[in-house]
Amino acid sequence: MTAFARPEEISHHPLGPTPYVVRRRTIETPDTSTLVLTPAKGALPPTSLPGQFNMVYLYGVGEAAISIAGDPLGPNELVHTIRAAGKVTNALAALEPGSTVGIRGPYGTGWPLVEAAGHDVVIVAGGLGLPPLRGVLRELFTHRERYGRIEIIYGARSPKDLVYYGELQGWRSRPDIRFQTTVDAAGREWYGDVGLVTARIPDTRFDPAHTVAFLCGPEIMMKLTAQVLEARGIRDDAIWVSLERNMKCAIGICGHCQFGPDFVCRDGPVFPYRDVRRLFGVREV
Amino acid sequence: MSSTPKHETNLRLSEHRFFQGFEGPLVGLLQKEAVERTYAPGELLVREGDPADKFVLVFEGKVALEIATPGKPHLMIETIGAGDALGWSWLFPPQHWRLDGRALKTTRALVLDAPRVRAILDAHPTEGYAFVLRLLPVIAERLENTRVQLLDIYGA
Repeated sequence: MTAFARPEEISHHPLGPTPYVVRRRTIETPDTSTLVLTPAKGALPPTSLPGQFNMVYLYGVGEAAISIAGDPLGPNELVHTIRAAGKVTNALAALEPGSTVGIRGPYGTGWPLVEAAGHDVVIVAGGLGLPPLRGVLRELFTHRERYGRIEIIYGARSPKDLVYYGELQGWRSRPDIRFQTTVDAAGREWYGDVGLVTARIPDTRFDPAHTVAFLCGPEIMMKLTAQVLEARGIRDDAIWVSLERNMKCAIGICGHCQFGPDFVCRDGPVFPYRDVRRLFGVREV
Repeated sequence: MSSTPKHETNLRLSEHRFFQGFEGPLVGLLQKEAVERTYAPGELLVREGDPADKFVLVFEGKVALEIATPGKPHLMIETIGAGDALGWSWLFPPQHWRLDGRALKTTRALVLDAPRVRAILDAHPTEGYAFVLRLLPVIAERLENTRVQLLDIYGA
């Protein structure tokens, strides 16, 4: 009989997960939940940057890379928004409060908020691309005076697929930013926009020479959006994208997440568009 | 719907995104045909199946483009707003609207009589060609957007 290590015994290994307890679970959409976690032993979670990710391990099931969706300035909690899309994420998204998971991380690069200071900021998120940008939004709103115009566009499949619905109402009502929400299709109960996120860009106002753009969502969405933003005059090294790949080790060894010359887990997931644009056009990378 | 008679509108076609940089007398000729209209939320600007007898340029507000499917609720497939042109069914046979256009917010627009516009374009073929070249990118962009929407990129 195999003797499994108890969760509290695993954390001593550098690649071993640290036990965290699910404190709250919010059902965002029919297939997406947000988990709020705290360390099982009461220690503080490690500091993270918006845009980084953790490897979230469900004992006996498996591990998945999940973006950190919490507030880096907020309480000492880890927040992960998880879409049930496979064996591990199905189980993670269904966890009830009191459940224990293992956490490795944080890993990867964050959004370049230092570069964004003093500039206009354009944020375009699609689908589950909003959670990795949630920490950025919190930072922008907390230190609003550090930034110029802030334009945010969030696209989803339908109104019922919008995450953070309660927060969206507050964000959209802020007078000091513009927050546009658009979906691919909707019924008459929807009063927002319908169409691609790129169709909302003509309505945005920013100074292209002094703008930083953060894009997160399906790669085709980021590619099309980057093209439109470039046509508006934003340089490709001022446009940042967050890539998603099948990450396993999360420390740049196993090669599962290789994207051209880079490992997404170690060199990303946040990249300047200039560095990856060529690969966006290569099939089967 | 309220209307402002021709010649009394403050809305200028030359200030609409569709006509930005458009040179020559065509815009002035079309301006003389333009009637300002204001649509209340919920009001239909155009209705699927009706004769496409007007060219609508939105200056303010928001319009939902909807497809009606028998036995199912209306499906909103796109929204357009300030700076957008509503459709192109008025230009090409059989000149019937292919979808509904419904105001989501109070919407101000300049509305031109489509047969008059077609007659002006026919009478000024060089500018008429330039006009069609303005409209084609609108059609192409909506086609490309529709293709991407068909990919259901957020669903995977």
